[in-house]
Amino acid sequence: MATISLKKLTKIYGKAEVIHGIDLDIADGEFVVFVGPSGCGKSTTLRMIAGLEEVSGGEIRIGDRVVNELDPKSRNIAMVFQNYAIYPHMTVRENIAIGLYTQKLDKDEKAKRVENAAQLLGLTDFIDRRPAALSGGQRQRVAMGRAMVREPAAFLFDEPLSNLDAQLRAQMRIEIKALHQRLGSTIAYVTHDQVEAMTMADRIVVMKGGHILQQGRPMDIYSNPVDVFTARFIGTPSMNIIASEYASGAVSGNGGSPILLGVRPQDLHVGTTTDVGAGTGLSLSGPVTAVEPLGPETLVHFRVSGETVIGTAPATEIPPVGTEVTAHADPAQLHRFDAETEKALESL
Amino acid sequence: MTSATETPGLAMPRINPKAIVRWTILFIGGVLMVTPLLYMFSTSLKTPGQIYDLRLIPAEPTIANYLEVLREGDFMRWFINSSIVAVVVTLSNLFFDSLVGYTLAKFQFRGRRFIFIAILSTLMIPTEMLVIPWYLMSAQFGWLDTYWGIMFPGMTTAFGTFLMKQFFETVPDDFLEAARIDGMNEFTIWWKIAMPLVTPALSALAIFTFLGNWTAFFWPLIVTTSKELYTLPIGLTSFAVEQAIRWEMIMTGAALATIPTLVIFLVLQRFIVRGVMLAGLKG
Ligand SMILES: Nc1ncnc2c1ncn2[C@@H]1O[C@H](COP(=O)(O)OP(=O)(O)O)[C@@H](O)[C@H]1O
Ligand SMILES: [Mg+2]
Repeated sequence: MATISLKKLTKIYGKAEVIHGIDLDIADGEFVVFVGPSGCGKSTTLRMIAGLEEVSGGEIRIGDRVVNELDPKSRNIAMVFQNYAIYPHMTVRENIAIGLYTQKLDKDEKAKRVENAAQLLGLTDFIDRRPAALSGGQRQRVAMGRAMVREPAAFLFDEPLSNLDAQLRAQMRIEIKALHQRLGSTIAYVTHDQVEAMTMADRIVVMKGGHILQQGRPMDIYSNPVDVFTARFIGTPSMNIIASEYASGAVSGNGGSPILLGVRPQDLHVGTTTDVGAGTGLSLSGPVTAVEPLGPETLVHFRVSGETVIGTAPATEIPPVGTEVTAHADPAQLHRFDAETEKALESL
Repeated sequence: MTSATETPGLAMPRINPKAIVRWTILFIGGVLMVTPLLYMFSTSLKTPGQIYDLRLIPAEPTIANYLEVLREGDFMRWFINSSIVAVVVTLSNLFFDSLVGYTLAKFQFRGRRFIFIAILSTLMIPTEMLVIPWYLMSAQFGWLDTYWGIMFPGMTTAFGTFLMKQFFETVPDDFLEAARIDGMNEFTIWWKIAMPLVTPALSALAIFTFLGNWTAFFWPLIVTTSKELYTLPIGLTSFAVEQAIRWEMIMTGAALATIPTLVIFLVLQRFIVRGVMLAGLKG
């Protein structure tokens, strides 16, 4: 177990700087998820921590050692890759045992650790099979087994669930989180999927274009995004962003300069039954363009001044496409952003 | 369209005209390739008086030729020489070609492209042009009439290096990086992780190299002078030259010479088709 700390970390490929000096401290035993769109530098950051990419500037510490110049193998970290990287010519047992390659343990101890890991991951029945005979989820577990037997200072995951189908992904999310709670290990986890970030992280680090935009506990980021990008990236469906002049009944004001209003679809209630006092909060109306009944509630897409806005209606009230609807949001649920900089203004 | 397709259980076996053409061509091709082989075996079982009797099954088959060839001291010697040369050269190519190919495929370093192109460009020099420098070099270093003299030009090949490089490029970097994190050194990663992932290419390379060296004629003929160092093809021609063309003996020698080729094919069979196919795909 160990802390990981990044100081003014940069990465330059040729002439292009892709990581622009990021600072981050990961506590011992913390589960940190790096999230951001494809190409924002998540993998590069993780690979520098692993030692697979050279550091162009700044400092990486694992525990109290500066590891900039250390080989991957000397950093005592384990990594799980998107396509698992388990060896097709070795059995599950051999693959997991590779994790102990450098460990100076006697044979019995190694065998015992491999079997324990296999058992913990539910792989005991497949232990002498080759990867070709395993499902995607099982292969991913083998990769995790190989990481676990090492008992490393930290685990690094790079989009480990991207190749799995939706159902398996949901299941593995829970398994990885349970594993973390059980082992108490430090984890740096990279994903472009904000659901994974929200459900697993102790702390989310939102990245964009080689910068860290925001970091914090999942609910804090969800409730107080610092800018339009984060607001729209975290949460599904994405937050609606509306120019304030289209929002009748909205509280405006930013010393006169224009602002953007953000409201999550879950907070924008469609229909007539919502009892909102006139003049408070946000009120939008427009024709319905699509409806998505989800069961417990229905998402209603409607158009306001040429922009599609998504609101939520109760399960029982599904407005037909084409009808005019009105939606209300509580003032407390509104997010305000500067129209120019797209940065959040302090809450109302 | 037809009821036959709808009721397959009752249908007559459908004969596709394309299939007839295909099988006919393959059949003719097969006959063309197999006939000489059959005549080789057939002739090797005939007495000298019967060779011009073109029946495929000899009237009185005899293994006397085989006994004579094997008894004739030099044949076994040539067989062993050919085996040594072919095996050593093949192992050397498997090792060095893949080591160089791996380095070119998986490491970034200054001059990598230049080295690769330089290696490839040697493919364009015909062997005939190389034989004279090889010979002069061998004469200078005292390699004439030695095993090393026969083997050195083929110890690594540009083709093998190219083939292995192309295959190593298909090995995902993740495999190598995972091994690096788990603490393997670079040589071990190559040997234990990368090599097992390219076995089809290795089998194909082994077959090409072995066959090429087993049947090599030109260079061994030039570099060897003493009978004890002849390889099989050279030895077999010496039958023809010295013994007034005894066809039954030449055919017997040739029949014996195909045995290792058959063995190699049987051993590596399950990889061959895949290897050749992949080599074809990769171009
Ligand atoms: N080997 C490389 N050479 C040049 N540019 C690279 C290399 N690897 C990544 N990049 C660039 O660095 C940026 C960040 O990439 P990456 O860290 O893989 O993004 P992410 O994992 O967030 O999708 C991208 O713009 C990508 O094009
Ligand atoms: Mg990535």
